[in-house]
Amino acid sequence: MTDLINSYRTMPDERGHFGQFGGRYVAETLMPLILDLEKAYRAAKADPSFQEQFDDLLEHYVGRPSPLYFAERLTEALGGAQVWFKRDELNHTGAHKINNCIGQILLAMRMGKTRIIAETGAGQHGVATATVCARFGLPCTIFMGKTDVERQAPNVFRMKLLGAEVVPVTSGAATLKDAMNEALRHWVAHVHDTFYIIGTAAGPHPYPELVRDFQSVIGKEARAQMLSRTGRLPDLLVAAIGGGSNAIGLFHPFLDDPEVKMLGVEAAGYGLDGDQHAASLLGGFPGILHGNKTYLLQDEDGQITEGHSISAGLDYPGIGPEHAWLKESGRVDYTAVTDDEALEGFQLLCRTEGIIPALEPSHAIAAVARIAKQMPDDAIILANLCGRGDKDIFTVADKLGVEM
Amino acid sequence: MTRLSSAFAKGRPALVCFITAGDGDTAANLDALVAGGADVIELGMPFTDPMADGPAIQQANIRSLGAGTTTRDVLLTANEFRERHPDVPLVLMGYANPMVRRGPEWFAAEAKGAGVDGVICVDIPPEEDADLGPALRAEGIDLIRLATPTTDDARLPTVLSGSSGFLYYVSVAGITGKQQAAIDSIEAAVARLKAHATIPVAVGFGVRTPEQAAEIAKVADGVVVGSALVELVGEHGAEAPAKLRELTAALAQAVHSAR
Repeated sequence: MTDLINSYRTMPDERGHFGQFGGRYVAETLMPLILDLEKAYRAAKADPSFQEQFDDLLEHYVGRPSPLYFAERLTEALGGAQVWFKRDELNHTGAHKINNCIGQILLAMRMGKTRIIAETGAGQHGVATATVCARFGLPCTIFMGKTDVERQAPNVFRMKLLGAEVVPVTSGAATLKDAMNEALRHWVAHVHDTFYIIGTAAGPHPYPELVRDFQSVIGKEARAQMLSRTGRLPDLLVAAIGGGSNAIGLFHPFLDDPEVKMLGVEAAGYGLDGDQHAASLLGGFPGILHGNKTYLLQDEDGQITEGHSISAGLDYPGIGPEHAWLKESGRVDYTAVTDDEALEGFQLLCRTEGIIPALEPSHAIAAVARIAKQMPDDAIILANLCGRGDKDIFTVADKLGVEM
Repeated sequence: MTRLSSAFAKGRPALVCFITAGDGDTAANLDALVAGGADVIELGMPFTDPMADGPAIQQANIRSLGAGTTTRDVLLTANEFRERHPDVPLVLMGYANPMVRRGPEWFAAEAKGAGVDGVICVDIPPEEDADLGPALRAEGIDLIRLATPTTDDARLPTVLSGSSGFLYYVSVAGITGKQQAAIDSIEAAVARLKAHATIPVAVGFGVRTPEQAAEIAKVADGVVVGSALVELVGEHGAEAPAKLRELTAALAQAVHSAR
């Protein structure tokens, strides 16, 4: 199959499908909105002033381009391939999430929408959404599982400082997927004035495409920076995957460079052999949830099961549909890293590079640590450092048995 | 004539009653709906993530799954209902993932075998019909689609194409439960739908009382009541059948004599 594909960058098709994945599996009330959103996005994409506005905000508000950094001491410590990082943790708000929020709020305003809603798990997307809403003066409601509200108190306070209303969701297990259900319920009842800023490259078409496009700034910058610094492309890209937005943002601009291999890293939680993990691709099956067809953690009856990861940003039981397709087409490899391995990756980066990473990219770091030593020392690995670890220090302290 | 089309051809509006499978004593609850005068039964398939449902039906889903209800249990419930009530149309309503998990052909064949007349799938719009529609049509099961206040005239033919049994008009842009649409907006919407549809139009979402049901039955071919019945199951447990029968009888009286 791989030989027959001329380009991996032409997806989705006109119906929003990535091979058998993706699509628009929403209730009829939302269908006309989704079609409108697609039309509006096509028009925005074709309008140079939209791109200019986006680029301007990314440069002057978010602080892009983010640096491309050669991690010399980590490379030495691992002994093998050179390890480079795309420093998206240096963005305003501390993660890659803001790239997408800037794009979507510009689109919302273009469509004349006057209210913003979003779901959040760990709170990073909620903070990024509340940030752009404050910046543009739009009222903002964030749906967050009650369990997550309790575990992520600092981010809840940040959102409130930024003027957002945070709605704790008590249904189901009261985590990210339940927050997404509640956001969809709210959206159905406020279709005329409300724009839903989805935080990852999933959901009904055109969300997976537009989130990918907004996040692709990561890969476009990294590709140009790598060429200018080393005169060549990296041998391997590595990124952590929850819903998959930072990974698709890094990977997509390189998909048609056959010499560049790619590795997505899922959260293996306590291990893939049990059910306490969040590895939808490696431990799930194709199904339909939250507007798209993709790999899901589910039982034999199609009931959705709860993911687990030390990283609240990765414990979602689904995955963006483009990753499902990239897995099936064989273009990208996927692996998984346990909580304990991620915790080691976290500490390794702190000590060797003076960078405190978020627990999400700590999964990518752990995978890099596994692979780098098997590669020659003239090989180049480029990993995405998609968020900083300030939000996670309490979780890490708890796991390390430290009282703060 | 199918069981479903017969239910809408009695010369009076039809009452459609919804409860969730596996929530309480489902067989006794279903019998109570029939005894109360329901013309069509909608049996909800429980799902972990009922995105279009309000608190009442969410809770019913949680109770049902908490009691260990499986897809096979739902199909068995349908099959036993069919044996007890050979003439009452039965529709399964639910979300896509449990319906397609073992393949749509499996689901359609099992539903057919259980005596199911129609299927309503909340999150497969006409654009994604291939995932379920062809399998159901091959078994002669009606695929009942939803139309909503956001479904405009340009889109209606897309919704109607491939749908059969009846058209389910969701009278409010929102979730199942307590919000109610104004009767004049329902009247206008039903008139608009009937200008396009050759199948009956039933109206649901937010219909709770006999008075509301009667108002809607003046203009529609059928009235769907769900959350109000599901709440009775949640509140009364083993005593639910008597309560269900009482409310259904009042609703049936109101709907059947509305015109």
